[in-house]
Amino acid sequence: MNKEAQVQKMTDMMAKFVGYTGKKLPDDVIAKLEELRAKETDALPKVIYDTMFRNQELAVKLDRPSCQDTGVLQFWLKCGTGFPLINELEGLLKEAVIKATKETPLRHNSVETFDEYNTGKNVGKGTPTVWWDIVPNWDGCEIYTYMAGGGCTLPGNATVLMPGEGYEGVTKFVLDRMTSYGLNACPPLLVGVGVATSVETAALLSKKALMRPIGSHSENERAAKMEKLLEDGINAIGIGPQGMGGKYTVMGVNIENTARHPSAIGVAVNVGCWSHRRGHIVFDKDLNYTITSHSGCVL
Amino acid sequence: MVEYRDGKKILVTPISAEDLKDVHIGDILYLSGSLTTCRDVAHRRVVEEGREIPVDVRNNAILHAGPIIRPLENDKFEMVSVGPTTSMRMEKFEYEFVKTTGVRVIVGKGGMKENTANACKDFGCIHCVIPAGNAVVAAVCVEEIERAEWRDLGMPETLWNCRVKEFGPLIVSIDAEGRNYFEEKKIEYNKRKDEQVELISKQVGFIK
Ligand code: SF4
Repeated sequence: MNKEAQVQKMTDMMAKFVGYTGKKLPDDVIAKLEELRAKETDALPKVIYDTMFRNQELAVKLDRPSCQDTGVLQFWLKCGTGFPLINELEGLLKEAVIKATKETPLRHNSVETFDEYNTGKNVGKGTPTVWWDIVPNWDGCEIYTYMAGGGCTLPGNATVLMPGEGYEGVTKFVLDRMTSYGLNACPPLLVGVGVATSVETAALLSKKALMRPIGSHSENERAAKMEKLLEDGINAIGIGPQGMGGKYTVMGVNIENTARHPSAIGVAVNVGCWSHRRGHIVFDKDLNYTITSHSGCVL
Repeated sequence: MVEYRDGKKILVTPISAEDLKDVHIGDILYLSGSLTTCRDVAHRRVVEEGREIPVDVRNNAILHAGPIIRPLENDKFEMVSVGPTTSMRMEKFEYEFVKTTGVRVIVGKGGMKENTANACKDFGCIHCVIPAGNAVVAAVCVEEIERAEWRDLGMPETLWNCRVKEFGPLIVSIDAEGRNYFEEKKIEYNKRKDEQVELISKQVGFIK
């Protein structure tokens, strides 16, 4: 296959995959929602979960996006230096979004800032957002796709704490956000927390944390302990599905961390809503793909 | 009118103040009849510019939403996807809006505040939420789009007058007595949050 045909092939596959993720939730999210649904006993959370599951069924049956807000597209790449399409990757992802917007269809969610007009194609300056991790001596490429909806993007926040505020301050920062903004972000939420030095390092980590599967734990023992403490703590607040009360409020809390400057603790929080439309696909150098997020998905 | 079917309580338009007497925050309802999408600019037009709303919503329902619509032939339309948008954005206008239009049921996402609660109390109206993120469930409850007014506002803001069948579930967040579900819940949540912050803080003293 020549370069042009390869680019076309990967564009088509990514457009299809993006569209697919707008209609069907990833396996880990469905499993977690099923688990939480079974644990609720009151009428309100039960009727809300029933609606959610009927909606996901209908979305697949009628081939429509499950939530009307199909978000702004974000891609996290781990690209090998030897991946044949490394140079074309960013351009072809943009093309794939334009194609998916038409074919799925996706809502037009890209407004140019300052000029303040909707491009009508879901792409614009810097959108879709693409974050790169370069992997030396590899010829494959791993891609996380994410639809960042408006409602679940709103609770995002970052700050820099004085070391004296400690992890106690981190706790308060995260929990405050849950009762102020979290309840309107379509819980049960997946909560991502970044702990680092400055706002941007923490913020990036907090979003990256949302790409981790539900039920995974930080490798750091204390961070893993804090994930569990925050998860149980937020659940105990009783916000429940749609913020209307229930036993469980989160699908999980994922913390990502780096070392920090001794005088600062950068902390950020990001949330994914119950409709956590994350996809994960890995390509080899011949564009054979493996999808780990959605079993049964064929492009 | 109020109907009961398969254990569901269904409000059928036209709805009277009397019909809402027995409706309380936290109740689960469904709606059949006339439901019109109505959001930011339409509220502004009615309240700030004093324009008459071209769809009669008196004793009917509105939905804070910007849907995805597919145009069909002969000026007909199909509802592809519709989900509620944050009701709070309309809070500022809602008292005057309810007073002027006589709307009985407001459907949206998340809570609203005193302005709306006062309108509900003074004019006999309720605010409900439909669980968000369920665009397909909501769309299939729309039997027909009967009219489209103020089309100059574009697809999301047009007043799409729909005939719906058992649209829901709707959860009552403000009732006609002015009680506010989210505001009451928030007090509980904040109290429990403070307890949890204290509890967790005792276990994360990693800086020694
Ligand atoms: S928060 Fe998520 S589920 Fe709720 S409306 Fe936004 S994108 Fe949809």
